[in-house]
Amino acid sequence: MGVIDIKKIARTEQLFAPGHRACAGCGATIIIRQVLSVAGKDTVVGFATGCMEVVSTIFPYTAWEVPFLHVAFENVAAAISGVETAYRALKKKGKIKKKINFIAFGGDGGTYDIGLQALSGAMERGHDMLYICYDNGAYMNTGIQRSSATPFGAHTTTSPAGKKIPGKMQWRKDLTEIIASHGVPYVAQASPGYYQDLMQKVDKALSIEGPAFIDVLSPCPLGWYYPTKDTIKVAKLAVETKYWPLYEVENGVHRVTVKPRKFKPVEDWLKMQGRFRHLFKEENKWMIEHIQKEVDRRWEKLLKLEEAGL
Amino acid sequence: MKVVAKTANEAMAEAMRQINPDVVAAYPITPATEIVQIFSSFVHDGLVDTEFIAVESEHSAMSACIGAAAAGARVMTSTSSQGLALMDEVLYIAAALRLPIVICEINRALSAPINIHCDHSDTMNVRDSGWIQIYAEDSQEAYDSVIQAMKIAEEAFLPAMVTADGFILSHAMQRIDMLEDEEVQAFIGEHKSPYNLLDIDNPITIGPLDLQDYFFEHKRQEADAMMKAPKVIKKVADEFGQKFGRKYGLVEEYRLDDADYAIVVMGSTAGTAKDTVDLMREKGHKVGLLRIRVFRPFPAEEILNALKNVKVVGVMDRADGVNAFGGPVFMEVRAALYESEKKPDVYSFVYGLGGRDVKPVDIERVFQMIMEADKGKKIDRLNYIGVRE
Repeated sequence: MGVIDIKKIARTEQLFAPGHRACAGCGATIIIRQVLSVAGKDTVVGFATGCMEVVSTIFPYTAWEVPFLHVAFENVAAAISGVETAYRALKKKGKIKKKINFIAFGGDGGTYDIGLQALSGAMERGHDMLYICYDNGAYMNTGIQRSSATPFGAHTTTSPAGKKIPGKMQWRKDLTEIIASHGVPYVAQASPGYYQDLMQKVDKALSIEGPAFIDVLSPCPLGWYYPTKDTIKVAKLAVETKYWPLYEVENGVHRVTVKPRKFKPVEDWLKMQGRFRHLFKEENKWMIEHIQKEVDRRWEKLLKLEEAGL
Repeated sequence: MKVVAKTANEAMAEAMRQINPDVVAAYPITPATEIVQIFSSFVHDGLVDTEFIAVESEHSAMSACIGAAAAGARVMTSTSSQGLALMDEVLYIAAALRLPIVICEINRALSAPINIHCDHSDTMNVRDSGWIQIYAEDSQEAYDSVIQAMKIAEEAFLPAMVTADGFILSHAMQRIDMLEDEEVQAFIGEHKSPYNLLDIDNPITIGPLDLQDYFFEHKRQEADAMMKAPKVIKKVADEFGQKFGRKYGLVEEYRLDDADYAIVVMGSTAGTAKDTVDLMREKGHKVGLLRIRVFRPFPAEEILNALKNVKVVGVMDRADGVNAFGGPVFMEVRAALYESEKKPDVYSFVYGLGGRDVKPVDIERVFQMIMEADKGKKIDRLNYIGVRE
């Protein structure tokens, strides 16, 4: 693992070609380009069914300049574990010589929810692969339905901000910690707003042997209701308000990788996004406090883990 | 060649060992568990070069098989019943991506009620998934068919499943003529994929979104592959027969030449049915049997040809369509016979669900019913045999 040289990376070949059909301001496409700029061309990419697979591969076109596999919604971890195993089998027989990276991508639907079993299985078996969740906190491909990654209070089309129930009433499932509990060598959280941090994590994840998992916050202008120009701003503010801590768990040890000097209230992040607009009504303001408390609690817990060397 | 005593599970596991696939991803399920266990011991004892993936479900088993096959590996797995049902979604994908995966399948009833014994509801459930289906009559055929299936799948660019009846074959010891390892290797040859994911310098996209403008053409190509599959299956079976002396076809005719009454069966029931035919022939009845060995691709022409001079046909289904019309094999046999000049009467007999034993007396009853129907007695189109009603 080395330090990420941005100038060098800026000159590397684009392996995710322009001309795909993603929305303006899509966070996931930025994440893909940041990941591929580190991984390079000797990489096989797998994708769960979802926005990115749909916008990047409409036959007879493809945005992928690397080998790409899509099988179904819930099984990208299993499918890539098969590819990686075939690689080991064929390498053993001398039929292939190159070192190849295997990266599985899934949205939060394909990762937190329907694909959790296949992901858990692949992580436990110890395949030499990296799984990246582009976490936009809802099923955006089918039109913004809630997932177990949707933040508390958020409006989605299946957790609408109604007259009786003001949005989603459950906290986001802490998938990063669930995967860390598998005891895999490398787990991290990243944000495309902190691209250097994200790319360093990808570099580290690919350089270690065995399974790695990175949960990447992926702002979605359509589902979060913010102007398309603000994607990176939203991605940064999520970190600066402690909503999305940037950290890694390397061989079981937590380390916070970005510690903003001054934190902003979570309200700043919430008010940028239309999915939280109803929280600012008088009768719902308790929810903002509630979110602030939980965000603080999770941050403190993370710091304690780091301090304890756990 | 050596003579050994093996169950169908053991014989199929031995066939897998001799094929020596690059990757096996599998999840154990009764009554196919032994196949996975025995093969794991081959891996752990270094008897194969295979990388074995002990997945967490059958859905992941088939998903990993798809990934491995798309990466250019020779790939096999094994399952049964609920396991095959859990794979259903990805079975269609394996076929449509034209990946030559082979499943050693043990037939077991689908829940509910939960049951672990034989019927064909599991493989009937996936009959239109685009997989070649070969139903073995005994363990020898299960063994021989697995070896043939690997070659068939790779030449037809379609996945294939070889099925053997749960417990009746999977756990019954039989005499098997086993080929030498080198003979199997020479027969199947080296696996070559025309393109794959590990060819880094020639990147391809597998599994893209395919809409109104191309989807139909791709499905049409898949259909075309299935239409061409009989030729491949026959060619491989002929080559196998010439080399090793055991001959197989898409269907097997038994004493049909001058038969007025015929039954159609699949799987191990054919053994009992052949004995019953012999007994009834001794009594002077002109009866015969047609066994469908390859159900997908559906051998309509062979069925039509075999049954063209028969007066009445009884199709015995070890699965129910639950459609108030007839069993799945019945439906297709009857459709195939629509093209015959004499148009024999065809009746459906559902039997043996959940492992209910089928005895010669049950099969004799089917013959008697269709013979009575021929003499003018009205019988139901759909009949259930060997059940308390």
